[in-house]
Amino acid sequence: MRSVAEIEALLEEVKDPEIPVISIRDLGVLRGIELIGNSVEVTITPTYSGCPAMDMMRAGVEDALRKAGIRDFKVKQVLSPAWTTDWISAEGRRKLLEYGIAPPPHSADIRALKGKSPAVACPQCGSTDTELLSRFGSTACKALYQCKACKEPFDQFKCH
Amino acid sequence: MTREEALFRAVLRMGDNNLVLGHRLSEWCGHGPVLEEDIAQTNIALDLIGQTRNLLTYAGELEGKGRSEDDLAYLRGEREYLNVQLVELPKADYAFTIARSFLYDAFHLPLQQALTESRDEHLKAIAGKAVKEVTYHLRHSSEWLIRFGDGTEESHRRAQEAVDELWRYTGELFVPDEAEELLAKDGTLPKLTDLKAEWSATVDRVLNEATLKRPADGWMAGGGKKGVHTEHLGPMLAEMQILQRTFPGVEW
Repeated sequence: MRSVAEIEALLEEVKDPEIPVISIRDLGVLRGIELIGNSVEVTITPTYSGCPAMDMMRAGVEDALRKAGIRDFKVKQVLSPAWTTDWISAEGRRKLLEYGIAPPPHSADIRALKGKSPAVACPQCGSTDTELLSRFGSTACKALYQCKACKEPFDQFKCH
Repeated sequence: MTREEALFRAVLRMGDNNLVLGHRLSEWCGHGPVLEEDIAQTNIALDLIGQTRNLLTYAGELEGKGRSEDDLAYLRGEREYLNVQLVELPKADYAFTIARSFLYDAFHLPLQQALTESRDEHLKAIAGKAVKEVTYHLRHSSEWLIRFGDGTEESHRRAQEAVDELWRYTGELFVPDEAEELLAKDGTLPKLTDLKAEWSATVDRVLNEATLKRPADGWMAGGGKKGVHTEHLGPMLAEMQILQRTFPGVEW
């Protein structure tokens, strides 16, 4: 039987299929690992209600457990408490930026919720002279920006 | 009507409203007026259909007859759909699509906000996720309605015509049926008349900024909540359901 820490390490290889550099733990989708007798129970939560990547993440968890020889497991999906971008780890935010996606503002920043977004820095050149092109980007969780300094368009993980 | 029956009906209706509007918005996929809007509408459709999945799964559990979210979505006929008529009207032009979304979003947001305080834990959890999504939807439809209303002569004309045409379908949103009345008494659902005040304030604010006129209240359409629909829902369901109807039980 493996420990919770070992299982957590093994689930590190399960990535968000849309952003393959960030693990489900960094994303905050992995909510818990419990050992009940000889069984492992993994709890995950969706980012958006209609996130099509959820089924793939669930399958990823199941594959990772099976590959490690764990047969007795259950993957449980919960809605509450509702996922928020505040659960993305510091490591996750760093990886997003490196990947070319501006990390989300903190939801406690009321400007983000009121629609008056604080300045979003370009992940390419760092300039804050950027412009929102569309609140809806390539996936449900991202908005589309363009940097006025280096002209590069980029995705921003939006506050949620 | 027992409380369980009422809850099944009310949850089913919320799912149907979102599913039908989600399907109408998905019809813009590949046909959006500009690329960004094509993507926006499909994202919003995805949110609505995701919320539908949560709601219909819950409805199936409440009913206790073993019907899944897919059974409820794909194997019910037109008269068994309980959505308001507002959401089933054809997408028409972009001004119409935006105006319809706006009138629905302005109702949907306070509904979800109220449901985050529902005494039903399941509805509360679903709303806890949906509320942030719907905030984005309302912002999107408001901004576009303002842009159209306060835009060119042509965009103003089309936006005003859309609002005028849609107005008679907004009444139904706020007329509770027996199930909704019952559930408002014990704090499972908000009172629809309470939501109306907030809807009305949002509508006034946005129409005013869009330089559009609020139509006078006249005759209001109804019946959708009882399963009586316009001639448009049937053909829409035929298209949406054809795969499951032709190949029962087919899976990806």
